[in-house]
Amino acid sequence: MATIEQQTAENPLTEGLERLPVHPTTLVIFGATGDLSKRKLLPAIYNLAHEGALPERFNLIGVSRSDIGDDGFRELARESIGEFSRRAPDERVLDSLLGRIRYVGRSFDDEEGYEQLCRLFDEFDDEAGIAFNRLFYLSTAPSFFPVIAQKLGEKNLNRREGADVRIIIEKPFGTDLESALALNREVLSVFDESQVFRIDHYLGKETVQNLLVLRFANALFEPLWNRSYIDNVQITAAEDIGIGTRAGYYDTSGALRDLIQNHMLQLLTLICMEPPARLTANPVRDEKTKVLRAITPPSVGDVDTMAVRAQYAGGTVHGRDVPGYLEEEGVPDDSVTETYAAIKLKVNNWRWAGVPFYLRTGKRLARKTTEIAVTLKPVPHLAFQQEGSLGVQPNQLILAVQPNEGVALSLVAKIPGARMAVRPVNMEFLYGTSFMSQSPEAYERLILDTMRGDATLFARNDEVEAAWTIVDPILEAWQSQRGPIPQYEPGSPGPAEADALMEQGAQWRAL
Amino acid sequence: MSSEGVWSAQDTSPAAVEAALRQLLAQRHEESDAYVPARVLNLIAIVDREWKGEVHNRLERVGRFHASRTILCAVEHGRTTLDAFATMSADHDPKPGEIVALEERVELDLGSVHLKRLATIVDPLLVPDLMTLVWSPHQHDEAVDELLELVQVVLIDTVTSPEPSAALRRSAELCKSAYVVDLAWVRSMPWRERIAAMVDPPAYRPLIYRIDGMTVRYHPESTTAAVLLLGWLATRLGWELPSPFEPEGGMLCSRARRGDETIALRLEPASQDVPGLAGVTLELEGNSFSLDRGPGGLAARLHVADRDDSTWVVMGASRGEAGILGEGIRQALLRDPTYAPALEAATAMLGAAAPA
Repeated sequence: MATIEQQTAENPLTEGLERLPVHPTTLVIFGATGDLSKRKLLPAIYNLAHEGALPERFNLIGVSRSDIGDDGFRELARESIGEFSRRAPDERVLDSLLGRIRYVGRSFDDEEGYEQLCRLFDEFDDEAGIAFNRLFYLSTAPSFFPVIAQKLGEKNLNRREGADVRIIIEKPFGTDLESALALNREVLSVFDESQVFRIDHYLGKETVQNLLVLRFANALFEPLWNRSYIDNVQITAAEDIGIGTRAGYYDTSGALRDLIQNHMLQLLTLICMEPPARLTANPVRDEKTKVLRAITPPSVGDVDTMAVRAQYAGGTVHGRDVPGYLEEEGVPDDSVTETYAAIKLKVNNWRWAGVPFYLRTGKRLARKTTEIAVTLKPVPHLAFQQEGSLGVQPNQLILAVQPNEGVALSLVAKIPGARMAVRPVNMEFLYGTSFMSQSPEAYERLILDTMRGDATLFARNDEVEAAWTIVDPILEAWQSQRGPIPQYEPGSPGPAEADALMEQGAQWRAL
Repeated sequence: MSSEGVWSAQDTSPAAVEAALRQLLAQRHEESDAYVPARVLNLIAIVDREWKGEVHNRLERVGRFHASRTILCAVEHGRTTLDAFATMSADHDPKPGEIVALEERVELDLGSVHLKRLATIVDPLLVPDLMTLVWSPHQHDEAVDELLELVQVVLIDTVTSPEPSAALRRSAELCKSAYVVDLAWVRSMPWRERIAAMVDPPAYRPLIYRIDGMTVRYHPESTTAAVLLLGWLATRLGWELPSPFEPEGGMLCSRARRGDETIALRLEPASQDVPGLAGVTLELEGNSFSLDRGPGGLAARLHVADRDDSTWVVMGASRGEAGILGEGIRQALLRDPTYAPALEAATAMLGAAAPA
């Protein structure tokens, strides 16, 4: 007989395995026929199946308003996976996956849809003789998040004896602090916080996760990682394209809500957080939340000195005429929605007091790049001022998130020759050259983490609320200002007004 | 490959090859500064000259899991000179703003006479500070031994040996000097993952301490993969070292002990086209759980006494032999502490009189 110790011990068979077991799961995607589902979720699920990473028993239920039936949804899934998967599908694996797919064609507030879900859950559980974990993925318009959560609660689908029930909520989690608080109240009246996974796909990227490894597994950086040595930090998320066909969403959101409130503040927390006691969900999220709470939200009156917004104008990019934001299809002529936002924040704690953090994001900028640039303070005295030295700058550590994931350190080196002339050089570590494995798509990693119940890479309610607390006054100030907002040239680094945010001779990094 | 820098020389020296590699890199940088040499792993492959092309093709098919610098030593009986051929290739031309990793490959044609001093030939050609893996698919064991001080990892495939017990003993010997990646072990990985998953729910976990039988079905030429899987379960669950196999009803049977209880271990040859494992069954007090190869993954069957069998497919694509080799190369960068104990148990089961 097994001893008590053996019965409660870790599974001894997982030692040495790269892929850890995942409990049998039924995944329900609300908004299953939508763009995110087709481009990201269904291909991610296929790739997990291909690699043998899905739970040994797995079912997928799509929920959407379209009346396409099981076979219609299977066909849609086959086409989406064929078009968007990062690898060509293996037909036999794909057939197996499609065989586990069902569809509920109901609107999200329709009682009957939830009744159908109940019947499908029972069918799956009875067929297997086990209680599947249940995972609800809310990939719908945000207005449906509370509706779906409430309906799941009404049908007692938020709990399951002998199994875990979890819910993934896509961004945006609220449109301001008040709506985020309301949404948290609605969701947490049905689910416990431990069941809620607020997804931010940036956190599933390898480079972002590597931020923690870089900081906490290399003794080189920690002694420098504070106000004594760091002059400023710039976080950039630039795109070289316009809004395309997303006017409906984008014009109600804008750059601040779309990227800064979530992705970019998350990056900031990873840069600033103290080492967690353990690399598990709550210790990590505790430290991230402390960072957000250490940022004093601006008063509405201060916003003009710490935030800049603008829209892209029409012009020529790469030899091609492009429309300005106000000329994009679906954008109102008098829209004041920003396609560019830059803000300056201070983290008021012992480690970071006085260090400015500059965050900027925009559409139709000079280059597509997401990076974090940590600029060190200059050396106290530079003895190499001879003629011929080129652009000596303080050291910079660049953490490139995309498109070329890696880390670069700018150093100063002597130019070969008789003179003691110096210039900046780069020491680079590139993911593409140092690892054989292709990075999994962020959604693959995050869906798998959710099925395992690991919330480390997901935002907690207090974290989301703290982020909105910082952003809310900026939104309020911008909403109160009438009239057109500044414009910037397409293909440029952004509006000149953003330069005014920089302190003490600092400059934005070139795009 | 869409672009390639090439160099070759006859009757050359390692120093000349090393200089040529530096020159090729400079040339590629002149073409585009987007070309960057990959820096992951050195691979030394020692092969028979007449099979060089076949091994070359196998390495081509591993896809993205190729080593960053491969040194293919082609051994030709009677040769006394060293010929070399080097390439530095990218799988596509760089797009604006993109970096492209370069793969470096050196082919050395050398003679048996060189094998005794192979380390002095290969050492100058390795990228310093990278993990180095040696693979000798044509059993040039003496050359591998010569390189053991130079390499950290040895890639072997114990199923290719005509004598399984000797292959396992050789692996155990190599384990004393280097980390061993055995492709037979790599082949069993999905099976180990699925067995671990089956018993992972806490409610099921105590059941693994009540297993009373295990049968592994296997391609007759993949004995070591099968016996390593048995050895893995035995050692992970703390069973006493199993007894040597004895033939019984077309199978090979062994017994392991857990306290006073006996666990029956069986190897059952199965007819299947591809090498590797065909299936596995765990038995427990009249109930059983089986996994067998099937389309689109592994076919699982749960048999509980007095109930209908439950069947399902555990999804996953077959990696094929190219995928196995690629995975083996990738495993050189990882460490699996469960192979060596499984190997010890497997060696005990195969004993001296192992099947061919």
